[in-house]
Amino acid sequence: MIRSQQLSFARSTTDRMVAGVAGGLGPRLGLEPAVLRLAFVVMTVAGGAGVVLYLIAWLVSGEEEGEEAPQEPMRAPSSPMRRVFALGLVVAGLLLLLRETTLWPGDAVMWSVGLGAFGSAILWTKGEDPTAGRLARFASHLPAAPAQALAGLSRAKLALGAVLVIAGMATLLVANTSVETVRNLVFAVTVTIAGLAFILGPWISQLVRQLRAERHERIRSEERAEVAAHLHDSVLQTLALIQRSQTPKEMASLARVQERDLRAWLYGRATQTAGGARMVSGALDEMAGRIERLHRVVVESVVVGDAAMDVPLQALVDAAGEAMTNAAKHAEVDVISVYCEVDEAEVTVYVRDEGRGFDAERRVPDRRGIAGSIIDRIERNGGVAAIRSKPSEGTEVHLVMPRKP
Amino acid sequence: MITDQLVRVFLVDDHRLFLSGVRTELSAPGTGVEIVGDAARVGAAVDGIRATEPDVVLLDVHMPDGGGRAVIGAIGRDLPKVRFLALSVSDAAEDVIEVIRAGARGYVTKSIAPGDLADAIRRVHEGDAVFSARLAGFVLDAFAGKASTVADPELDQLTPREREVLRLIARGYAYKQVAKELSISVKTVETHVSAVLRKLQLSSRHELTRWATDRRLV
Repeated sequence: MIRSQQLSFARSTTDRMVAGVAGGLGPRLGLEPAVLRLAFVVMTVAGGAGVVLYLIAWLVSGEEEGEEAPQEPMRAPSSPMRRVFALGLVVAGLLLLLRETTLWPGDAVMWSVGLGAFGSAILWTKGEDPTAGRLARFASHLPAAPAQALAGLSRAKLALGAVLVIAGMATLLVANTSVETVRNLVFAVTVTIAGLAFILGPWISQLVRQLRAERHERIRSEERAEVAAHLHDSVLQTLALIQRSQTPKEMASLARVQERDLRAWLYGRATQTAGGARMVSGALDEMAGRIERLHRVVVESVVVGDAAMDVPLQALVDAAGEAMTNAAKHAEVDVISVYCEVDEAEVTVYVRDEGRGFDAERRVPDRRGIAGSIIDRIERNGGVAAIRSKPSEGTEVHLVMPRKP
Repeated sequence: MITDQLVRVFLVDDHRLFLSGVRTELSAPGTGVEIVGDAARVGAAVDGIRATEPDVVLLDVHMPDGGGRAVIGAIGRDLPKVRFLALSVSDAAEDVIEVIRAGARGYVTKSIAPGDLADAIRRVHEGDAVFSARLAGFVLDAFAGKASTVADPELDQLTPREREVLRLIARGYAYKQVAKELSISVKTVETHVSAVLRKLQLSSRHELTRWATDRRLV
């Protein structure tokens, strides 16, 4: 937010009729947006002051940001009813001021509008406020049960609100009898429709809320469908393959590949940075998965720390992949261990197996892989590669790549 | 194996199929393990463990009504001799750290080979910590760099030697191979790992508590 916390507020992006001023300001003041909206309407009838106030509020407010926590009410200790009362006093005071100006539309009109607004305020506010409940009880001598009625509206409140709105309309009609009959009729119809809208408003808003809930439900079921589709394409296919597989090794390998895939889908680390660059952990896991698929071995990969990929690191991952391939092809083992550690200065990778091993001094010439694909590739990019192996004691390839500053 | 007596094991897992699979594997002769009971729910597990007082509880991390952590919480203090070995299909870092911090002496994934599982159970029974390569990696990650608030440097940081041991475990070395590589005894390796486990459980390191609080565990 740009302006000071105390004076400014954020317009609501979710609860808005015009620009979200009431939706944003209401919670801030501890008032229901509907009450605030009605206050604006009353002030608008009184010579357009409401429009001016609304525009001012619009100007001093900011747009609500998506993740921002809901704003704390300014005066938490006072009860909602007292806050509504305070707002009523403010509006009344402003009305008295406006009464002295030429913009005043006349007392009779303002009384009607005021009564109508008060009635709709009762209709529109939610029924959980105990003081409001007391008010309703007083009006109708009925036990208030806020949750029982539609849209959380008690029957008593409904009755009181409707009476007030109708009274407002009636006084308006009475006050305008002197006007031409045709105009009067049109006016009466308009006022009736408006009154009906006020009375039916809560139901309509309830309907809207229901539609919103249905939309949420639809999103959820779409998500479910997506999960089901993923599981169908991956897990179910693999399970079918496992049932048809001939050897335990093949079975284990299929299960393993599926496990890696599902794990990545469920709790995958972010394999990309915010800028879209790939991360070392993701690239190495992907390489391990490829080796597992190609050679039917288990690659246990552990990555500590992470960094965005660049050219030397790609060379490092490729060389590690080559080392895994060698182990899978020649070591005659089921498990290959890969460990990668990223720190500020360098990235270290170990590829280890407990297989046949070889005499590092007398390297078999046809294994071009070790010299070409691993050592040269690493050294060309400024890294260091070392291979440790003894016959029947396994092999460990140690790769280090300095990180770009 | 020094002890002739069988290690008494209680199984806790809400997947019946997995429970019976492990039971069959561990009941095979030569594992040195005896299954004294099993349970699929937290409440039943707590009752069963109290009744049988097993040596080792093989505990599933993910269960309805609280998971393995709830079982350790309910038992931990009353039966100090009962040791817990966590078992899970998941190896999300926070799950692992969570269950270790709750008091488990080790963590293995369900894909572990039967022989290795029996071995891990025996080691936990003997008082050792069971660190898989993956757990070692998580711990190195959690203790990477300097602690943000060094309330207790003793607990909030790993010694260079402990780091070395963990690194070798993460590279796939067995305890025996770690000992050979560092020219120390297996017992010393076990001492280092136990020290790391203790730090993991007691440290107030920011990263560890963050993992826990992210999931509203603390």
